[in-house]
Formats: sequence, structure tokens, C-alpha cells
Amino acid sequence: MAHLSESAVKQIGEIISRYENEKTPLMMILSDIQREYGYIPLDVQEFISDKTGIPVAEIYGVVTFYSFFSLTPKGKYVIGVCLGTACYVKGSQQVIDKFAELLHIQPGQTTEDGLFTLDALRCIGACGIAPALTINGKVYPKVSVADVQKIVEEYKSLGGAN
Amino acid sequence: MAKVNIKIEGQSYQVEEGLTILEAARECGYEIPTLCAFNHGECSLASCRVCLVEVKGARGLVASCVYPVNEGMEIIISSPKATAARRASVELLLSNHSLNCQQCDKNGHCELLYVAQITGAREGKFQGEKTPITIDQLTPSIVRDTSKCILCGRCVARCVSAHGTGILGFEKRGFNTIVAPAGNRSFGESPCILCGQCVNVCPTGALMEKSEIDRVDEAKKAGKYLVVQTAPAVRAALGEEFGMKIGTPVTGKMVAALRRLGFDKVYDTNFAADLTIMEEATELLGRIKNNGVLPMITSCSPGWVNYAEYYYGDQLDHLSSCKSPHQMQGAIIKSYFAEQKGIDPKNIFVVSIMPCTAKKAEAQRDQFIHDGMTDVDAVLTTRELAKLIKRSGINFVKLPDEEFDQDILGEYTGAGVIFGTTGGVMEAALRTAYYSLTGKEHEAIKFEAVRGMEGIKEADLEINGLNIKVAVASGMKNAKVLMDQIREGKSPYTFIEIMGCPGGCINGGGQPFVKPQFLPNEDLNILDTYKEKRAQALYSEDERQALRQSHNNTQVQELYAKFLGKPNSHKAHELLHTTYKARERFPEK
Repeated sequence: MAHLSESAVKQIGEIISRYENEKTPLMMILSDIQREYGYIPLDVQEFISDKTGIPVAEIYGVVTFYSFFSLTPKGKYVIGVCLGTACYVKGSQQVIDKFAELLHIQPGQTTEDGLFTLDALRCIGACGIAPALTINGKVYPKVSVADVQKIVEEYKSLGGAN
Repeated sequence: MAKVNIKIEGQSYQVEEGLTILEAARECGYEIPTLCAFNHGECSLASCRVCLVEVKGARGLVASCVYPVNEGMEIIISSPKATAARRASVELLLSNHSLNCQQCDKNGHCELLYVAQITGAREGKFQGEKTPITIDQLTPSIVRDTSKCILCGRCVARCVSAHGTGILGFEKRGFNTIVAPAGNRSFGESPCILCGQCVNVCPTGALMEKSEIDRVDEAKKAGKYLVVQTAPAVRAALGEEFGMKIGTPVTGKMVAALRRLGFDKVYDTNFAADLTIMEEATELLGRIKNNGVLPMITSCSPGWVNYAEYYYGDQLDHLSSCKSPHQMQGAIIKSYFAEQKGIDPKNIFVVSIMPCTAKKAEAQRDQFIHDGMTDVDAVLTTRELAKLIKRSGINFVKLPDEEFDQDILGEYTGAGVIFGTTGGVMEAALRTAYYSLTGKEHEAIKFEAVRGMEGIKEADLEINGLNIKVAVASGMKNAKVLMDQIREGKSPYTFIEIMGCPGGCINGGGQPFVKPQFLPNEDLNILDTYKEKRAQALYSEDERQALRQSHNNTQVQELYAKFLGKPNSHKAHELLHTTYKARERFPEK
């Protein structure tokens, strides 16, 4: 906790206070922090524990249970490739493999320059446009292996990490 | 409470409404095997699936540990379907379990092995991948081995119910799930107080104390002068390891066993408990007289001291500066005793037999190392002592009763004995404080208000015009209530006793396991009564003592006259007092 900046303490404190009257506020708090900061490290979990009385181990358990939460910073662009049944039979495994090859990372990892995170997603409910992927929420329909290079280049040209 | 009519194996019974099938069956004389369910739903995740039974009309088999009984229910435990399902559940657990049973410290007390035997489960029935393993043996106190964890959740529940801290939790998901401190850190890199309550409830060898039996063997081999001391709570429980009823005091047999194990001197930590009272009562009266920091809080329990250092680093000046009794005894053995006996203290090896896992780490604290020498060289739990006795071929039950060595550090009073139960240190301190303030002994001797198993007890005493309000807490969940009052400046107390484990040392993390399935001769409700029974063993020994107040211990008086001067003297401070340091809860690795 000692490692959190003053502004982080203030902002996270504000997020926690939003859910003061909730019986089970943890998921909401974690979701807001994940959205705001892109990750939820142990110091932040300790801070949440102090404020809410929920044991750190329990918070850690929730953070590591749901793939939406992350312990390490995510890249500027989060590429989520759907590996749900429909996308899978339409070849999304080859698509994610191509991303992994071009970015030199495995699914779940972030590139060293902090630009890209590659995530494997289960069904995102876009089976009609399989294989599908999302980048920071933008949906790419019917992606083929041949499209991957172009997509990567497009985001690289948009600029580096903050 | 309303009753319902049920049938088990075709027999009719009336049981309380609201009970689970597991509990109801137990009352009717059936023991359904189970692993995760524990202590009236303290843990009831229904995760192990070992307690499956058939209920007529229910869809599929039901987990009896969470399924409540209702009117007209017909339960079949022994149907081929239920029997096969229970066996398969255990076989699945075995398939992801490290099966080196003969090397496992839990052998003989392992509940998984027990249910495997009674369900007829076969090792190797299911084979495949195993979950990646973590073995944490960083602390001197507890070893965590995930290869033996069955994810029952008992330790997670106990840490919360005893202390509210919840050091352990479930991490990750699916097949990769483990039970661990946050981040799968070591206990030593988390704010774990090392009390060992998790060890006491773990059904397998996933959580065990770190054994120091080898160190005692080595010291013996090296020809060291071996001095052993036993904490009061040990005598109240050691007999359980040899089939004796819970609550049987075995002081005499324990001493006889230790002598046969080759210890040169067999002393009682109670001597130092009396010494602690002399120092602590003097410190308390000094603080009262000189407007010092109040309330003063006891510092005998290393679990509590760990908790204070992690969670109340800003309030450490409330802790008495007294070392815990076994550390005091160690320091006195290596100074006064060595001097009196003409033995080089470097050649003395002090072994403490403790009901506690945290004492192992305490003995290695930086504050207790002087000139490269520790006050205490090895700490064995009550369970480890039992192993040592069994290994040495001693028939414990047949041993004669013997006396502790009586020379210079041998005498002890009833006040020292009751240190082992919650409220005992307080009562012992009050007996002596009463004498200090009035010049006469308290007539009743007993202070009933501080006895019993409630989490927080308090008493208001008027002694010679001085009003003393005291509180006693055990379990950190209760300590937190008193500590938060102090932090807010609202504590009404003068003196507080805090013990780490619920009920005090008699329920310490190093005590014999209380597992009903291994105790066929105990009452069904033994989990509700064992703490009182062990405490009673200590109170009865107190009553048998000729001397019952610490200040009347003549050898303690002699120690002051010959060596220390008076309580809280410079020399006493050097040897018997210590310091505390706030600690970071999750230090950077």
C-alpha cells in the first residue's frame, strides 16, 4: 500500500466509496479499477482490503478467477480473439496463432513495448460473423489469417504506448 | 426446535429440523464419510463430494453435508450407487494427490487416507495430469505443500473464523486452482501470524508444522547439554496422542518420557511463567504509577505479537516489553543456570515443547539472538513430542509419574500452570497485582470473570482504592475489537490479555488434532467441548499446587536475590525484555 501514489489512493478510494452501501461490492469495485487502470496489482488489492474488510486472499482469488481482471498492465491495444465454438470451426485458432507469431507473444501476454495484449476469448456472441475478434471493443468480422498482418500494421501506425 | 421424521437405511428416526443429512445421520448413529465439511458448517463448501448419499425422490445423489433433512425424507447411505459414487470421488481426489504417504507427517491422522480406506478407493484408478505444485517452507513454522491439498477450504474458513484475516484463499480457476496466501506467496511474505490453526483443520498433509526433530537429534549427537522445558498447555493434551481421553493431565508421564528421551534437565516453562508475572505485574504497576502507556497488553503469544506487528504497528508501545515465558526461561538457562552449574552456555541446547507453531518462528527472531546465541535452540510442538516418544519405543501410557527437576529452575506455582488457557495470564497477574497493592493474598484466589471460552471477557476490579478494568481476548478477530478501541483512544481498560489462538494455548496450532473420526471414545460433540476439557486439566493442576501465586515461587525469589536484583532491574531488562517492530504486510519480493 505504501507503494501507491497519492492520486491513486484518492481515485481508488473514490471508486470504493461509490459502492459503500452495496452488500457485495467487490466485483463492481474491481471492474471499475480494471477499466480505469487496466490492471489490479497486489498493492491495490491490499488497499481495497483495508477499506472493505474483505481479505486480500479473497480479492486475489476473484481477480485470478475472472479473465477480465488482470494483475499486470495490459497493452494499449487489447486484441481479443474469439475461440468460441463457431469461431473456432471457422479457423480462429489459426488467426490467434498468426497474431502470436507476428507479435512474438503468447495469448495472455503483452508486448514488451506495451502496445499490444493478446487475449483468447470464449464466445463473444458474434457467431454470425465468425471468426470474430475485438480490439479495444471494436469488432472485426470474418477475419482471415491473411488479414492479420494488415490489422497489426494499422495499429502500429496509430502510435506507441502512452 | 421442531422435529422431523426421517428414515435412514429403512429405520425411522426423529431429528431436529434444519440439520444437514450428515449431522442428522451422526446423531442417529451413522458416520457418513466426509472431507470438506467440518465443525457445524464452519466449512461447508460441499467441494469434496465424498459424502454423497441417496435420497428417495431427489434428482441424483445429494451432498449430505449441505442438504437439510425434511419431513418424510428417506436416506440411503449404503446403496450400490451411493457407495460407488463416494468411492469415485475419493479416487478422483487421489488422482491429483502426491501419494508418498509413508513420508508424510500427517500419516496416522490423514483424513483422505481414512476415507480412502473406508470407501475402498483405489490409487491409480484415474490417471492423468496433476496441478502444478508449490511447496512453501520459508518460515520456521508451517510447511504448505499444494500437492497434498484437496481444496476443501477448511483452512480458508478457519483463518477467517479465528482471526478475520483470511490469509489463505482460493486462487486461479478450474484445474489450476490452489489454496494459497494472495499471489501464492509464502506465509513469510504475507501477514500470516503463523498460529497454525489452518494446520489443525487440514485433513491431509498440505499444511503441517515444520519439524525440528532432526535438530534435536543433531544436538544430541554433538554431545550438547540438553535442557528441555514444557509449556503448560502441552500436559493438557499430550495424552490424546496415546489414546487417552481429552482433558487428561499427563504432567508426570510427560516428564518421565522426556527424561527417557535423554534430556539432561527437564524443566517446566511455568517457572518462567511465574517470572513473567513478576516482570509484567511490576511493569504494569509502573505504567499506572508513572502515567505510562495504557492499556498494557500481554506479549506471551507470538501469534498475537505477529498480528500486532502487521496490523497495529502504530500501537506497539501498548505491548508489554516482557519476552514470552519460554524465551525468558531460555535466557535464564543460558545465563544464571549456566553460571550456577558451571556449564559453557554455548554448549547448552535448549528445547521448548510448545503447543504452538508460531513459537518456532519466535525463537528465531533477531531480537532473541545475542552473541550469535539464541535463547531457545529448537521448538517442538506437542505433536512432534508425541512422534519422538513413539519413535523411541516408549509406552507412554505405562510410564510412571515423575517430577520435574527441582533444582534452581524447577519450582512453579498454579499461576504459571493456567497460562495455557485464555484468561490464565490475566488471572495470574491479578493474583500478584492484588498482593502488591494490598500486601495480602486474594482470598478466593480464583478470578472467575476471566475464565471461560468467550472471545472477549472483561472484569472490573477495585483493589485497594485502585480501579482496574481488564479485558481478555483470544483469536485475532476479537483482538481487533479491542485494538480498534485503543487506536480510536476509546479503550476503557488498564490491562489486556491477548492470545493468538481461540481459547488460548490449549487450542494452539501445535496441539494434537481433534478429528472426531479418529476419536471413537469421545462424545459426539467433542469439537464443542475439547477446549474446556483441556482448560479444566490446567485449572485442576492449579488447584493441586501448594503455591498458587507467582510471587510465592521461592526459586524465582532466589533468582532475583542472587542474580537479577529486582523485577525490571537493568539486568532483568537485558535478559527478559524485548522490542517490537512494525512489519510490512506484503513486502516487495
